Amino acid sequence: MPKLNWFYFAAPNTFYPLAGKMVPWFAVAAAVFAAIGLYIGFFVAPTDFQQGEGYRIIFVHVPAAWMSMFLYVVMAFWAAVGLAFNTRLSSMMAQAIAPTGALMTFLALWTGSLWGKPMWGTWWVWDARLTSELILLFLYIGFMALQASIDDPRRADRAGAVLAIVGVINVPIIYFSVQWWNTLHQGASVSLTRSPSMATTMLWGMLVMALAAWMYSIAVVLVRVRAIILERERNADWVRDLKAKGATK
Amino acid sequence: MGSLDAFRALVRRDLLLALRRRADVLTTLVFFVIVVSLFPLGVGPEMETLRQIAPGVVWVAALLASMLALGRLFSADYADGTLEQMLLAPQPLGLLVAAKVAAHWLVSGLPLVFIAPVLGLQYDLPWDALGVLMASLLVGTPVLGLIGAVGAALTLGLRGGGVLVSLLVLPLYIPVLIFGAGAVDAAAAGTGAAAHLSLLGAFLVVSLFFAPWAAALGLRISLE
Amino acid sequence: MLEAVNLECVRGERRLFRGVGFELAEGTLLEVVGPNGSGKTSLLRMVCGLLAPAAGEILWRGEPIRAAAEEFRGQLAYLGHLNGIKDDLTGVENLVFSETMAGGGATPRAARDALARLGLAGFEDLPTRVLSQGQKRRVALARLAFRERCRLWVLDEPFVALDAAAVRLVADLIANQADSGGIVLLTTHQEVDVPVRTRRTLRLGAA
Repeated sequence: MPKLNWFYFAAPNTFYPLAGKMVPWFAVAAAVFAAIGLYIGFFVAPTDFQQGEGYRIIFVHVPAAWMSMFLYVVMAFWAAVGLAFNTRLSSMMAQAIAPTGALMTFLALWTGSLWGKPMWGTWWVWDARLTSELILLFLYIGFMALQASIDDPRRADRAGAVLAIVGVINVPIIYFSVQWWNTLHQGASVSLTRSPSMATTMLWGMLVMALAAWMYSIAVVLVRVRAIILERERNADWVRDLKAKGATK
Repeated sequence: MGSLDAFRALVRRDLLLALRRRADVLTTLVFFVIVVSLFPLGVGPEMETLRQIAPGVVWVAALLASMLALGRLFSADYADGTLEQMLLAPQPLGLLVAAKVAAHWLVSGLPLVFIAPVLGLQYDLPWDALGVLMASLLVGTPVLGLIGAVGAALTLGLRGGGVLVSLLVLPLYIPVLIFGAGAVDAAAAGTGAAAHLSLLGAFLVVSLFFAPWAAALGLRISLE
Repeated sequence: MLEAVNLECVRGERRLFRGVGFELAEGTLLEVVGPNGSGKTSLLRMVCGLLAPAAGEILWRGEPIRAAAEEFRGQLAYLGHLNGIKDDLTGVENLVFSETMAGGGATPRAARDALARLGLAGFEDLPTRVLSQGQKRRVALARLAFRERCRLWVLDEPFVALDAAAVRLVADLIANQADSGGIVLLTTHQEVDVPVRTRRTLRLGAA
């Protein structure tokens, strides 16, 4: 196999077909991992002696929460690369990641709330993690809103990058502040993910589900980045050729 | 030094402009007072409750007031072309941004610090909590201005920039809110506010270091 | 010496120009001409470093302008479509401020003289809000009187809103600057005869 030239694939017109080839693989992997993970989660993992069956939502909740934070960092990374080296594809990646990150954050919040109802009897507790997730969702929304309101793609990329970098510097500070705030106001403090002894099967289920979330995110981001490439390069010759051939791959 | 002269000249110019447009300055202050005064009407005049929510209410109002004031930070200079000239001046742009934020804070942040104790009295805060309220606002509001400058720079000239800037900036204000209100809470509870205040001070140092640079970058992007 | 190499300008979806290049020696006036929307203003903003070219490079004395940006900006005087003056400040205050920013400084007395030379005697201490468009433009142009040391002038439509007498004055100012070794880039839609020794023309949007 010839040595992979990464810069070759850094151009949108060469990345576009490559991404197209990769999407099905990641999509299939996501489906397989999700099937295995859900099977473990629903049928193999034992019923929790404290929390009953309701706890099983962590198989969605925890991977979603992991992804939501991780994707923000990845997004900021690509945005920063785009800003520093003026590489269009990196900025497009950042733009493509944002909605998936927001979706994961929303999922984490939603499942957290669903979990909270049977556990604590309320849909929402001002738990440190839930609060941090909520703020993270605001950060994602801010990033997307800023990009959406700028017409010029170059300015949108660069402005979004500055915001993402400022956000990434802030995320640990916010997280730490919320922790502090939470310990000060002991009343509402209930931790979501701290169960005394997690069975090994539960951990496995969660890890497999996390892999599924990974694969899903990659597949969706690739699909979205392909759409963004087409939209932005619609006047480029190679897109015209593609259209003339009637091909979408 | 040329750069320091430029810094001073810019601060002086912005203060002079504010002096000639006093109404603009007063609106921020009046907004702050009105928001704080609305809460008892919504929550009820129970003094015990009011005393408890006072730090949070005053601080949230300060957040909103300083966010509203952000609209004035760069937009006038952007509209008349003086901002463009600043970008082309042979001075570090971060320094000029710092000058603008400093002047902006003197006009829209510092008045909040001085009016806050009066509002605290409305909420029956004890005396030492009033002092801490002032101190926390004194250290915290410049941070709001600095972080806000980044948002204001990025949204310069955009449709609906005013609403957008709140979306970008308010989540980033949260640590300041937590420790600002926390300081007053701690003072009212008699546990000492030193830790909160020194963390606010640390935020101020960090944002002094990063924000002018990020805002300068934002201005260059927005003016392309 | 100002060099532009193979510049390309893309605004939003549209490519305004590509492959634009020039080399200007000291003492040259370059007039950039072309129809509306051909990218004249964008080109001037690129030369100032306000706008990054989509491709190509701009060199000032052999160095990319972004390499030693502050030094380059010390050599630059730019007048754009916007006057860059504050409505609530007087003409003198505006000039003193802008020259402090530019690093050269100006005493109120010198500012007064410069304004008087542009025919604003008697208006120096009024807020520029009350001045006419042409008078505001003159306040903006009065900056040039303090920028002889700047070896690069970039003037976007300097004659707009000016009356014949003021056009004459400004044209002489420009000619003087170029003839004494400065480089001047200029766009104008008016037929103005700038009495300069070395003049060149760059046509955009012709292709």
